[in-house]
Amino acid sequence: MVSFDAVTKRFGDAVVLDGLTFSVAKGEVFVVIGPSGTGKSVALKHIVGLLEPDSGTVRTSSDRIGYLFQSGALLAWMTVWDNVALPLVETTRLSDAEIDTKVRAALTAVGLEYDADKYPSEISGGMQKRAGLARSIVRDADIILYDEPTSGLDPVTARSIDRLIFRLNRERGITSVIVTHDLAAALRLADRILLLKDGKAAFCGTPAEFLASTEPNVAEFVSAMKGGTDEKEE
Amino acid sequence: MKDIFKLFASVGWAGEVLVRSTLHFPSVLWRRRSRAELVTQLYATGIRTLPVVTVVALFTGMILSLQVGLELARFNQEMYLGAAVMLTLIREMAPFSCGLCLAAMVGSAIAAEIGTMKVNDEIDALVIMDISPLRFLAAPRILALVLMAPLISFYCCIIGTVGGGLVGATQLNVDFGQYMSSAMSMAKTKDLFVGLLKALTFGLLIGTISVSEGLGTRLGATGVGKATQRAVIVSFLAILVSGYMITRMWYR
Ligand SMILES: Nc1ncnc2c1ncn2[C@@H]1O[C@H](COP(=O)(O)OP(=O)(O)OP(=O)(O)O)[C@@H](O)[C@H]1O
Ligand SMILES: [Mg+2]
Repeated sequence: MVSFDAVTKRFGDAVVLDGLTFSVAKGEVFVVIGPSGTGKSVALKHIVGLLEPDSGTVRTSSDRIGYLFQSGALLAWMTVWDNVALPLVETTRLSDAEIDTKVRAALTAVGLEYDADKYPSEISGGMQKRAGLARSIVRDADIILYDEPTSGLDPVTARSIDRLIFRLNRERGITSVIVTHDLAAALRLADRILLLKDGKAAFCGTPAEFLASTEPNVAEFVSAMKGGTDEKEE
Repeated sequence: MKDIFKLFASVGWAGEVLVRSTLHFPSVLWRRRSRAELVTQLYATGIRTLPVVTVVALFTGMILSLQVGLELARFNQEMYLGAAVMLTLIREMAPFSCGLCLAAMVGSAIAAEIGTMKVNDEIDALVIMDISPLRFLAAPRILALVLMAPLISFYCCIIGTVGGGLVGATQLNVDFGQYMSSAMSMAKTKDLFVGLLKALTFGLLIGTISVSEGLGTRLGATGVGKATQRAVIVSFLAILVSGYMITRMWYR
């Protein structure tokens, strides 16, 4: 579905991706974790072509890619319905009735069927993400990239988004690439986990392999995550 | 050296925005949904600015009339007051003050709106959905400015002339009827044409500059403020320079 081959990306003098190589299989839930600023978002942007690598190749075998931005990236002056309908209105020749059917179905799939007429500023952050997801589903995206889908949300809402991502993957076979800081969710959801460190793949494998790994970077990341939660509890 | 490089880069970028947005004008007029957006933008450009434009035009005409009238009175030439005010307005001051109003009110709003969208990833989201921001956002806004600027300029000219006439009648002892007939007698079609051409050019420049600055926004909310400020400053400069060049081309 997606493959990175020795991808290098620089911004000025800073090397953000440094020979990054990995591939994502069709139907897989692929979770990318790693410290802040290691280029996780930059890697996602390469998949959709928002950024081009300086060297190496990025291949994506789909032209219907959904992308869930951290903010949801809904257009503020349009209602939820209009936002979800936008890609159909602008890039297809479907009739108004067909568009309405598809939009209602997508909104139902994410549990927003009663909020179609609200504006983005009138709904919560979690609901904005759901609306952003509906906008990807409505185009029949076969791969969706999630950039920190649950950060900034309370644990209950975060879990419900996790479940939604999982359901979309299992029911519709949507390949999912998820960037997250939530290690527990990563271990629960992932078919495979990629640990990104200094622009390289420090680890790539199943959650079981991840937990069993003796790779120092993995141990360091896991203890840092634990340390992070300990500090908060003090 | 680096700054010169940056300057060329930003002029090149604005040029690209100009050409590619203009190519989308026909589709804005053809597609039903885009026409609705165009109407919204025409309203924002032409109607919402009307109160301020009216006051600016009125006072421009009044100031012109007062200054010119006092000089003309020294040579007993007050009967030409209408012509002098009208010609100055139609050739220069109407498009100029209309341009400044549009840059300050509409251009700044466009840059802030698109800049905010940019820092909220909304522009990237559009690109991913195969919706060109230049077609979807830039073209209707620039087209609305291009269509509205000549109309607003013409309106400024009328309001300014009337304002000048009122000052003439109340302070300079120039009969309003005589003022108006003098105003109408001197203006030629060429003056009207060049004035409207100027306004149209200003509209195109303000739209292009504001969209380019908005799309070039970086670094969060402060970036939006900077982009808005730059859009207004660069538009002002573009209005002055292009206004001079158009005058130079047609009158010499
Ligand atoms: N368009 C850009 N121009 C310049 N530098 C950039 C750009 N995008 C990202 N960077 C830099 O690349 C580095 C990696 O950024 P990225 O957003 O991918 O980090 P991240 O791993 O997603 O971190 P986080 O977990 O905080 O979101 C950062 O140092 C950032 O400053
Ligand atoms: Mg990120």
